[in-house]
Amino acid sequence: MSLKVDGLTVYYQSLRGDVKAVDGATFEIADGEIMGLAGESGCGKSTLGKSLVRMDARMRYVDGRVELDGKELPVWDDRKMNPYRFKHVSIIPQYALSALNPTRKIGTMATELLASRDIPLNGVVDEFKRRLKIVGLPEDVLERFPIELSGGMKQRVVMVLSSLLDPSLLIADEVTSALDVSTQRAVSELLVEFRDRGFVKSMIVITHDLSVLYQIADTILVMYAGKLAEKAPAETVVHAPAHPYTRMLISSLPEVGVRYAEKRLIGIPGRPPSLLEPPTGCRFKTRCPLAFEKCAEEPPFVEVAPGQAAACWKATA
Amino acid sequence: MLEGDSLMLNVETCCKSYRVGAFGGGELLAVQNVSFDVHPGEVVSLIGESGSGKSTIGKMILRLLKVTRGNIVFDGVDISTLGGRELKAYYADVQGVFQDPFSSYNPIFKADRVFTMLRSEYFSGLSATDWHAKLEKSLDAVSLNPGDVLGKYPHQLSGGQLQRMLIARALMLDIRLLVADEIISMLDASTRIDVLNLLGDLKSRGLGILFITHDLSLGNYISDKTMILRRGNVVELGATELVFGNPVHPYTKTLLASVPQLHTKWQDVDVTIGAPPAPGNGGGQLVLAEGSLELVEVEPSHFAALDGDGAAP
Ligand SMILES: Nc1ncnc2c1ncn2[C@@H]1O[C@H](COP(=O)(O)OP(=O)(O)OP(=O)(O)O)[C@@H](O)[C@H]1O
Ligand SMILES: Nc1ncnc2c1ncn2[C@@H]1O[C@H](COP(=O)(O)OP(=O)(O)OP(=O)(O)O)[C@@H](O)[C@H]1O
Ligand code: SF4
Ligand SMILES: [Mg+2]
Ligand SMILES: [Mg+2]
Repeated sequence: MSLKVDGLTVYYQSLRGDVKAVDGATFEIADGEIMGLAGESGCGKSTLGKSLVRMDARMRYVDGRVELDGKELPVWDDRKMNPYRFKHVSIIPQYALSALNPTRKIGTMATELLASRDIPLNGVVDEFKRRLKIVGLPEDVLERFPIELSGGMKQRVVMVLSSLLDPSLLIADEVTSALDVSTQRAVSELLVEFRDRGFVKSMIVITHDLSVLYQIADTILVMYAGKLAEKAPAETVVHAPAHPYTRMLISSLPEVGVRYAEKRLIGIPGRPPSLLEPPTGCRFKTRCPLAFEKCAEEPPFVEVAPGQAAACWKATA
Repeated sequence: MLEGDSLMLNVETCCKSYRVGAFGGGELLAVQNVSFDVHPGEVVSLIGESGSGKSTIGKMILRLLKVTRGNIVFDGVDISTLGGRELKAYYADVQGVFQDPFSSYNPIFKADRVFTMLRSEYFSGLSATDWHAKLEKSLDAVSLNPGDVLGKYPHQLSGGQLQRMLIARALMLDIRLLVADEIISMLDASTRIDVLNLLGDLKSRGLGILFITHDLSLGNYISDKTMILRRGNVVELGATELVFGNPVHPYTKTLLASVPQLHTKWQDVDVTIGAPPAPGNGGGQLVLAEGSLELVEVEPSHFAALDGDGAAP
């Protein structure tokens, strides 16, 4: 078992109270598994991803346990996490591309980054160059400025850098959402190749784009308003989802060929609750067409079929 | 408001070159002889791989970048001639929302500053109550709870929330043309549909939209006209149903084969299409645009380029 998360709860502190962005997350990722993480904007995907690697100053660890390869990760302690970051767990943050310093050459940035993590350059430089070649980049990218590279090229550099030390778990946060479809496909397939080549053991791929996840993920975890809604093999999430939210999310995806003028698609009516004071019971109940009295109680996230877990009273029935 | 089918925006053989390299000695032709127009109530989608010049075109229309050659004409006036008050009036008609929401916010101020600035610029006459009602209405239109997003700093909000605040802001002005640069790539499926339908409603009320996207199914869903851009050149342009239904240029075909679909895996698409699509330029050198391409009419309202890629239709 590569990653085991048990009851992980992480809030943001704000003047108006706690933002309950990740509340009691419990799931596992097997060796070699690519898990997609999906859900509405603001539901806590990035928060969950970041909390496994580096909590930012406003995040507050509340509860829960994280185990990687049988060892507990001290996620609540920024300093104690240092030896694990990059080497065992690594993250490509959302908007990593726009954060690249435009005045620094790619090679200079890579050197600075490695130095800041106390990684001796001479030990990894050959491997770095080898991997740049594997992902199809010419060696002279190191001499270029970010602006001289396309989005797909930059994303490849970032991917190679963040997985350079063969971490057990790589978290990729929206790495394909800014790319055009053909580059998106190429980058997505590279993620799979990284796993197949053993550069990373398992992966969490965060994106709201379920059709990309369907292409590359083994399993998909769907979050709703800070809670886990469903986790199952990708095929099952797409073709036989158990949670009403997952079902509605899947059916709001436009297929190529659907047009506004002919068929107006409908999203999920209503909107997600505020995470400052989320409703008690099932957080989806105000928007759920199946809601009934029992939904005032919180449904547990439990197995509803082999390999398929969901948090919904109707799914367990 | 102009009449139904009168011209609003006209982009005439526009070119943009950037200075690149350490000392600005090199030149990158990012946009080459691009021409198209947008009518009131028309959605034109601009599709192309990363680096193909989409944002550059959007920024030139918003006068955030100078046009190197060619003209951009709005209501018959060349926008490069606008100054002072005319420019302010132009921005009351034309607004843009850009792809990376974080770059539109100053991290040291609260995110609502984008609204306060708009208020002082265009709505200083409005009472506080009226302003608030207007603000809440526009946040509501993009599915945001005012309580969740107001009073927060940019880093306290998710990417999708920041993006929707920018859309809300642009729509508070009664604009006639919206340049929407990848505004929904950060949104989940359900929120996307809400925002797209909102754009659709505004379109039926006469808003013209330049919809920049890499998502072909969304482009197809919302747009009347589609323009496919590659390395700064238009390779295919026409009525959306023709470009999608009868793609002529090989690049357009490659893009269509790469669209991730929910029930079909990429590998299966390859089998039906015959050959795996060529990867986007993500893998290779960034190629400088060579000579510009000539568009030929392949059928009424449908144009495609004949180029050196063996692309004869
Ligand atoms: N520093 C912060 N302080 C307070 N609230 C925050 C902070 N950062 C994020 N939040 C809130 O926590 C919630 C979860 O944010 P998160 O970034 O994890 O969402 P997400 O699922 O990644 O969304 P997106 O798809 O838009 O990237 C959001 O409602 C957001 O407003
Ligand atoms: N300020 C600049 N200086 C030099 N080159 C630039 C500048 N801005 C953009 N470019 C280059 O111009 C080309 C077109 O860029 P542009 O941002 O318009 O592409 P895009 O189609 O919007 O791509 P994406 O899908 O990645 O947003 C790219 O090769 C880019 O690197
Ligand atoms: S628990 Fe109730 S409200 Fe929640 S998803 Fe299931 S049926 Fe709907
Ligand atoms: Mg996020
Ligand atoms: Mg762009």
